[in-house]
Amino acid sequence: MKGYSKYFGGKLLWFSVTFVAAFLLNFILPRLMPGDPVAVITQRVTTGMTSQAGVQKVYEEYANLFGTNKPMYEQFFLYVRNVFRGDLGVSFSQFPRPVADILRSSIWWTVALQFPAIILGWIIGNTLGALAAYLKGGFDKMLLPISIFISNLPAFGLAIVMLVIFGVDLGWFPTSGGYGFDLIPNMSWQFVWSVIVHYQLPFWTIVLIAIGGQAIGMRSMAIYELNADYVKYARFLGIKDRKTIMYVFRNAMLPQITGLALSVGTMVGGNLVAEVIFSYPGLGQTILTGVMGQDYPLISATTLVITLMVLIATFVIEILYGFIDPRVKAAQAD
Amino acid sequence: MKHLLQQVFRSPKFLVGFVIFSLLLLFVLIYPLFVPDNPLGIIGQGTFFEPGIYVNAYDVIGTDPRTLMLDNAAANRIASKLSPADRTAMQEYLVAVGVDEEDIELEDTEKLLDLWEAYYDPAARPAGFTAAQRRYYGRLTNNLFGILSLESVVIAAENPETGVMEQIDEVKQSDYVNVNKVANVRWLPLGTDNFGRDVLTQLVSATKTSLQIGLVAGSIATAIGLTLGLIAGYVGGWLDDIIMFITNLFTVIPGIVLLILISFSIGQENRGAVTVAVVIGITSWVWTARAVRAQVVSLRNRDHVNLSKLSGHSVAHIIVNDILPYIASYVIMALILQISSGILAEAGLSILGLGPKTTEVPTLGLMMNWALIYSAHVTNKWWAWVPVIVTIASISFSLNLMNTGLDQVFNPALRED
Repeated sequence: MKGYSKYFGGKLLWFSVTFVAAFLLNFILPRLMPGDPVAVITQRVTTGMTSQAGVQKVYEEYANLFGTNKPMYEQFFLYVRNVFRGDLGVSFSQFPRPVADILRSSIWWTVALQFPAIILGWIIGNTLGALAAYLKGGFDKMLLPISIFISNLPAFGLAIVMLVIFGVDLGWFPTSGGYGFDLIPNMSWQFVWSVIVHYQLPFWTIVLIAIGGQAIGMRSMAIYELNADYVKYARFLGIKDRKTIMYVFRNAMLPQITGLALSVGTMVGGNLVAEVIFSYPGLGQTILTGVMGQDYPLISATTLVITLMVLIATFVIEILYGFIDPRVKAAQAD
Repeated sequence: MKHLLQQVFRSPKFLVGFVIFSLLLLFVLIYPLFVPDNPLGIIGQGTFFEPGIYVNAYDVIGTDPRTLMLDNAAANRIASKLSPADRTAMQEYLVAVGVDEEDIELEDTEKLLDLWEAYYDPAARPAGFTAAQRRYYGRLTNNLFGILSLESVVIAAENPETGVMEQIDEVKQSDYVNVNKVANVRWLPLGTDNFGRDVLTQLVSATKTSLQIGLVAGSIATAIGLTLGLIAGYVGGWLDDIIMFITNLFTVIPGIVLLILISFSIGQENRGAVTVAVVIGITSWVWTARAVRAQVVSLRNRDHVNLSKLSGHSVAHIIVNDILPYIASYVIMALILQISSGILAEAGLSILGLGPKTTEVPTLGLMMNWALIYSAHVTNKWWAWVPVIVTIASISFSLNLMNTGLDQVFNPALRED
């Protein structure tokens, strides 16, 4: 077990360091914003107020509330303390709603939409790519251009095309939202059904995007492996193709898993934009509202949550990889 | 070099990508010579005018008419006046008075009118129709036969001295005007957008800006990645450790998060197209750095590099003469991909409301953003968003095709037999 614990320990340490770095960036970057967000919110609250002293008082009140009148390092410690308590501050644009509350209502939409879709797309994409490499001929000739085409279309482009074809023209699925706008979230069948119906378009869009990217990668990987010496040697030995193929695909799969770990952040980013197209009530929409409302606590918290989400996903994939890759297993035997 | 270029252009994938990209570039460069309008100039009062040729109705009156006797003119005239709702209403009436529904063809105006003439009776009171509906049918019929009458339309203007309306012109039903003779004709091949701006002019300008953004972002990303990769790979030691630490850090922290944070911090007023490009560039060098380093590490101990070292060449000389030529093909391919992903990144940012400021130049992302905000995609205003997506997709498709083609030339293992 020593090899494994060393592997996991190393990974864990590395992810903690990354998280700290991401956390720091997350704190510093929005505070470089030239405008004064407190002034913006004060202006909104005090429209119609004529007393200058009154406006001044309101400004101080808000500056105090958001802690923007304190020195930077003090703000930082306050921020760290609050984040660990689960207090992400108060939203500017939806004042006085706490940011944590807004995120709680949107994060699960994104998690439940993206991760199953990416995993399913990864599985289908790899299967198709491996088949294309093995079968060659017509199947390959058909799959490759389609995959290249899909993976060249940006996520939002595919989202709009899907939305217009299946939502507007054919009218099979609703065009926006996560559930019917006339419903209030509850556990009734009507609501659950509405959620399922609204889920389809964004889900299959993300699956398609993932398939396009993975199939191409797996195809080149598998072609490379199929030409490797051990395959030729196995053929000389008279080992059945079916058996060799299993080894080939297992070997081709490993870089694909690493690839998934490395690209999960990019994929999530692209998919967030696709969510916006579908007005899906997830984190993409939250960012959009944050941007529109010049809401920096919300933006900063959302990006932190996205980073954390991607870090955890990457970490899980790398742990799984540790179990699958024979080289990590070999290290364990030392 | 010549041989290499020949080989590259013999790759069908590269060639197709190159041709698509060149055509696009050519169009972007030539179009402004013919239509030098301001791409953000608002020409239409109203939103989403359909694509087509807009002929100035005022100028048509003054233009010399020619008489053409065309058989189907009257039918066309009626067909264009009959809305789908009117047709359905006519069908309802005809069914009510006993016409078989199978015999009625809604699209065929001539047959529909024949049926109408045969069966419509203003005095009849078929069951199931209210008085208001009967009056509607009466009006509809009057309108239809009004169009069919052969009377001409009189055009009158007020005499400024007497204040009396005087006839200045008469337009007959058989009058035609040559479009070339009309003083003001504007062809809007892609209609106008939500602000009333010419979509095609805007699209051309947007494509140009987006390509520039891609080029700037790609060059910055490749330059940073190449420099860091070369230093880390060739110099090694603690520099390598530090650079790899930073690179690994930014591999895991999603690029979009940094993009969002930086773009948001810069603020809407300060975000020009170039700023956005620079931001995209400095957040997307990670992959190039990793790959360049990996290649340089494998090159570092080759014989020719060692020989160069023994001959006493400087580090810079070795890097330029013995390392760069071996990774040049890779760097060019990386640059192509970075350009394409830079354009996509700008579009994604714009959709999130973090694109360049909206007052200076249009970009493909901004056009997409406007189309989405004004729901062009849900309301069937295809001309506001389809051309944008097609342009983005063909840029990205052609660049990737070129990249794949190059890849096959430089990595023979990937070549198809």
